[in-house]
Amino acid sequence: MAEEAKPRRAEDVCPSKKSALDLTTVEAALAQTKGPECWRSLEELSGTPEFQEMMHREFPKGASEWLDGVSRRGFLRLMGASMALAGMTGCTKLPLENIVPYVKQPEEFIPGRPLFYATAMTLSGYASPLLVESHLGRPTKIEGNPEHPVSQGATDIFAQASLLELYDPDRSQTTTYRGDARSWNSFLQATRGMLSVQKGLQGAGLRVLTQTISSPSLNDQMRSLLKLYPQAKWHVYEPVNRDSVNAGAQIAFGQAVETRYNLDKADVILSLDADFLYAGFPGFTRYVRDFSKRRNPDGAINRLYAVESTPTSTGLKADHRLPLRASEVEEFARTLAAEIGGGGGGASAAAANAKFVAAVAADLKAHRSASVVIPGDHQPPAVHALAHAMNQVLGNVGHTVEYTEAVDANPISHGDSIRDLAADMRAGKVDLLVILGGNPAYDAPADLGFADLLMKSGVALRVHLGLYQNETAELCHWHINEAHYLESWGDGRAYDGTVSIAQPMIEPLYDGKTAVELVAILNGQSGTRTHEIVQAYWQKEHPGADFDAFWRRALHDGWIAGTTFAPKAMALKAGGIPAASALGPAGIEINFRRDPSVHDGRFSNNGWLQELPNPLTKITWDNPVMISPAMADRMKLKGEDMVELAVNGAKAVAPVWVQAGHPDNSVTVFLGYGRRRAGRVGTGAGFDMYPLRTAAAPSFAAGVQMRATGETYKLASTQGYQTMETPVGSRPLVRVADLEEYRKDPKFAQEDEPPKDLTLYTPYDYASQTYAWGMTIDLNSCVGCNSCMVACQSENNIAVVGKEQVVKGRHMHWLRIDTYYQGDRANPAAHFQPVPCMHCENAPCEVVCPVGATVHSTEGLNDMVYNRCVGTRYCSNNCPYKVRRFNFLLYQDWETPQYKMMRNPDVTIRSRGVMEKCSYCVQRINENRIDAERADTTIPDGKLQTACQQVCPADAIVFGNINDPNSRVSKLKAQARNYSLLGDLNTRPRTTYLAEVRNPNPELSA
Amino acid sequence: MAQRIEEERSGRKQAPVIEPGHTFGSVTDQISSIVLNRPTSTGWFIGFGFFFMLTMMLLYALAYLFLKGTGIWGVNIPVGWGFAIVNFVWWIGIGHAGTLISAILLLLRQSWRNSINRFAEAMTLFAVASAGIFPLIHTGRPWLAYWLFPYPNTMRVWPQFRSPLVWDVFAVSTYFTISLLFWFIGLIPDLATLRDRSENPFAKIIYGILAMGWRGSARHWHRYETSYLLLAGLATPLVLSVHTVVSFDFAVSIVPGWHTTIFPPYFVAGAIYSGFAMVLMLAIPIRKIYNLEDFITERHLENSAKVMLATGLIVAYGYVMEAFLGWYGGSKYDAFLLWNRLHGPYAFFYIMLWVCNIIVPQVLWIRKLRTTPAALFLISGVVLVGMWLERFIIVVVSLQRDFLNSSFGMYYPTRWDWMTYIGTIGMFLAAMFLFVRILPMISIFEMRTLLPEAEVKE
Repeated sequence: MAEEAKPRRAEDVCPSKKSALDLTTVEAALAQTKGPECWRSLEELSGTPEFQEMMHREFPKGASEWLDGVSRRGFLRLMGASMALAGMTGCTKLPLENIVPYVKQPEEFIPGRPLFYATAMTLSGYASPLLVESHLGRPTKIEGNPEHPVSQGATDIFAQASLLELYDPDRSQTTTYRGDARSWNSFLQATRGMLSVQKGLQGAGLRVLTQTISSPSLNDQMRSLLKLYPQAKWHVYEPVNRDSVNAGAQIAFGQAVETRYNLDKADVILSLDADFLYAGFPGFTRYVRDFSKRRNPDGAINRLYAVESTPTSTGLKADHRLPLRASEVEEFARTLAAEIGGGGGGASAAAANAKFVAAVAADLKAHRSASVVIPGDHQPPAVHALAHAMNQVLGNVGHTVEYTEAVDANPISHGDSIRDLAADMRAGKVDLLVILGGNPAYDAPADLGFADLLMKSGVALRVHLGLYQNETAELCHWHINEAHYLESWGDGRAYDGTVSIAQPMIEPLYDGKTAVELVAILNGQSGTRTHEIVQAYWQKEHPGADFDAFWRRALHDGWIAGTTFAPKAMALKAGGIPAASALGPAGIEINFRRDPSVHDGRFSNNGWLQELPNPLTKITWDNPVMISPAMADRMKLKGEDMVELAVNGAKAVAPVWVQAGHPDNSVTVFLGYGRRRAGRVGTGAGFDMYPLRTAAAPSFAAGVQMRATGETYKLASTQGYQTMETPVGSRPLVRVADLEEYRKDPKFAQEDEPPKDLTLYTPYDYASQTYAWGMTIDLNSCVGCNSCMVACQSENNIAVVGKEQVVKGRHMHWLRIDTYYQGDRANPAAHFQPVPCMHCENAPCEVVCPVGATVHSTEGLNDMVYNRCVGTRYCSNNCPYKVRRFNFLLYQDWETPQYKMMRNPDVTIRSRGVMEKCSYCVQRINENRIDAERADTTIPDGKLQTACQQVCPADAIVFGNINDPNSRVSKLKAQARNYSLLGDLNTRPRTTYLAEVRNPNPELSA
Repeated sequence: MAQRIEEERSGRKQAPVIEPGHTFGSVTDQISSIVLNRPTSTGWFIGFGFFFMLTMMLLYALAYLFLKGTGIWGVNIPVGWGFAIVNFVWWIGIGHAGTLISAILLLLRQSWRNSINRFAEAMTLFAVASAGIFPLIHTGRPWLAYWLFPYPNTMRVWPQFRSPLVWDVFAVSTYFTISLLFWFIGLIPDLATLRDRSENPFAKIIYGILAMGWRGSARHWHRYETSYLLLAGLATPLVLSVHTVVSFDFAVSIVPGWHTTIFPPYFVAGAIYSGFAMVLMLAIPIRKIYNLEDFITERHLENSAKVMLATGLIVAYGYVMEAFLGWYGGSKYDAFLLWNRLHGPYAFFYIMLWVCNIIVPQVLWIRKLRTTPAALFLISGVVLVGMWLERFIIVVVSLQRDFLNSSFGMYYPTRWDWMTYIGTIGMFLAAMFLFVRILPMISIFEMRTLLPEAEVKE
């Protein structure tokens, strides 16, 4: 990631007047002298004012001449001169800076102590309430808003990684016209004429293309725009959209609704291809929290059935999983709905699945009003309608399922909308196209040829607002650099409708503009700032005299109380469910899925996300085509073989990944890769799959031709083996039992560990200390969502190393999630195991370090002393958990100024040749210790959270003082499920695991 | 005497340690003339030039390494040690034969050693020098590697003495010092001979300085014998201890395949095994090129071959025990290690290890082959490759797949790994070329003691 510094001319640095003396003349003067005379004349020379002037300049004028033709004598003379002059000048002259303390310190502003501000990030219209850590005005870490019911302190990978996006040096930094930098004013002037023409035409030629918008203030702006230009059209498009969800609601209720699930009340959950336990699903953090709460085997444990067309972490977490091709899920839903009396019928799932259907139906029926059916976003509307019907029949509505007003302010079909826009463009009806965010030139349905339309359809003025100079910006006349959400005011609704106000954490780094501001210009309110618009909107909504208090409260809390959508009673329309659509069973089917890391491509240039391993394949930096093991055998393909996929004449090439549990005769491709203009990180990574995706079949399509090209392609995986089996037996790394086994033998996971005194060295008396830090990770709760990995990366300034280094096995994640598959390759179970440093009491790494660079603290931390490390790597060799990470090269970017602002000032930036690893967030421990000591008390349990713990939506990671018997971590460690990983090695790890307990349906497991 | 008894017992005639017909004068003439009179051949220049170029390649590789970091090599997590440590152990093992020949055989009064001890010691020195490069350069921050030494400092920080790497520092530096002293003291009488015989005034001065005023008086000889014997006494335990300590680098850890108590004896035997192989690989061409068949006779070749056979069998025992305990020991990690060695991605190298170190050298049971220089040269080459593979298997294959399946990895050496390795071979051989050109490669005065004239008549 090292940024190539732009070569700077000496004049740039030193734009001073032309000097009378430069190196050449000094050299010439010196050339006349020889021997000791040289020194004398230098002294004389140094007295002259010209010489003084020269020495004050940073780069001598003749510096560039040094590159060529300096004779040996000349060189030696210069060397001599520079040695002699070293004492005369000392250093270069830098701009004068005043370092003065605040005369009047801003309230609560203590250098070295962070401040936290509430804000919100919006992804596809759904806001995640956040709390942002800010050091001296620089946001350095993103947390979930702990008081917000949606977040409860948790966030997802996208929110965590958005910090890197803010500081991305590749972000668009200026307004451009056809690629050349222009001032904001010149944009205003350029559009003025066009706007007045459009005003005359009532906006007949004006089209605004936005992404999903839930922001009330932006929605208000858009509505007034449509009032001002009645003929203008508002188009909405995102490649990963909820068209099916909305269409399904239309079928079922005749209107768009938001479906909200209360998973904490659900005993039985059926996912119909819904990946609701992974970031990007609206309500993800809340759903995971509620789901995990119900995974406690000592309480009322829930049961999850998953029917899926692509293996997801949600499906692999399920107690029962049925891999079906995407087109077969509808059939399954119909059969099931018929079985439980929720309409449907007209189809019967294949006999092979009859048992599954019967068991699920029975289980759902047995848990009336405590079950839930969740349809996936990419399933056709019929499945959604069927799910609504089933939830109604099962009496779940009002209990586990609630309907509210739609969060999306303009819930129209994205597919239709972009198609209409393309048609209008083709027909020459569009004169002014304003694209607010998004990248349709890259991600619009391929059959629309949107990029070509942008170029050739003769839209007189195309304006693009975006964070990056992307593929769309390239094809627009004007590109406006967008302000990042952390730089701007705004608002948005969480999945439950609660409005969060987004406030800026930092002055826009590149003077970016917001969508609100741009729409205001279209509305003729140029010069109004986003802050004024947002505040004015809420003033209108909350007219009272107490607006100031209301506003401050909203900013402080991070949300506006009372804006949560109340559940609505919805009546099912009778007979709305369309007849079964027949998708021919022949041929190979293709699934289009958002990528778990870069989403639809918008996060392509985010190194943290690019290097974040796919939760299932552990592949970074790429998007291979997933195929089933059976298909791989049949077609004689293996991982990393290149294939060519052809659908309806469109072709794409990509490597193959054989994914256990993938339905047969179906392939999954992931969107968001193969970007041409993403930035230095994202451009060229992976393969573009959008060319295969048409408006008619945005989720899945049939009739795919696949053939091997005979080439291979190296994929960068971070995990060696994905099974616990070895040829000489299974290793008990993740310990799993069924509920029944667990009830019979709660201590199934525990094994005899060597006695405590079985060591050559005197055991340290940790019990006598105030604190002894320890951690438990509940494998039953963990859903493998990767949030902890990105949070750790952000908190601990962990470097991104790039694909080439990941291939070599040198990724730097301090915390990783190991995924192990178990059982039949056609339909395996998978286990997710987060592995941070174990902080072993008998740490094998410590005894072998020759310089004592890794040592134990009295509180049981295995500390790394970076300054002392010489890099023998012996500690890593001797670490059985392989959690140590080595800076084989200079991985950290020490140059880019933006990254300097981004980093956590409490954590050292590691240089090359140094070992690093998880520190249990020692900087947080120390901060809390200082606070506690000042208050003359001890750190209260729960106040101190590690970054991974804080972000975990599943609440699977618990950290605390194990010397305090009442701490949460102590109580968890006392549980029967608690076990040490590789405990038989007598490492005595402080990080322990709570074994996984699955809750299979006895009818199905028999 | 011992030879006669041996010959009577076995009923067959052994080759003499020095061919008959030599006198004090002819021995001195022949050995010293290689240095003083013989014109430097074109072949020497070509050979030295080639290996010197390889040495320059080593410097290039090291410069790039210091510039960029260890990431230019193939090492990674989990395989934190690669070629550097493999080469270190290989080189230091090779050095052991020299010390064994010069010290232990001296104490055991094996007089046949006199013709090969000088260049075997030189070989030790150069091998240890080649080895010594690696621990330094394999660190991530080599400019701080001196922190491994217990030097007094204002930070009051000491090395961590529980780490075998610190023991290594002592073992290797002691070994190098003793080897250097031993070699140099043994050279003094011969340096005086060269001083006396050389006609080139420049050489005379250099040899004169190095001879440290040796006049060959009885008192000189007395002191020489005493100090030489003392140093032999000091060097003897080093033959056993140095590679034992090197083996601790592995044995002290908990990595399956490293954590085994059999390592010290097995490493020492392996060291002597590879060392004798290197001695043979050097001696065979040297005696041919410099017509030294009279001094390095078939007897020497055969004896070295016998040592190789014996140590090779100890090594074989080590391999068999490792494999047996992998199966019998009941540890699933050791059992997997054995499986991985046999069936894993590096299985070919494990099989080759057995072929090179155990199977091929068994032909040394045949006396004819023990006395055929060409065959011995080839077998020695095979053993050297085999011993290098042994270290590769131990270092890389053990680390590659250890405890957690998720952390299984692979190791692929890069061109920089190879350049560094080949570079040290170049440096070693370039030094050997210089050695045979400017110093007497066979101990003149010790050879003279083997002559019949030297026998003291009562």
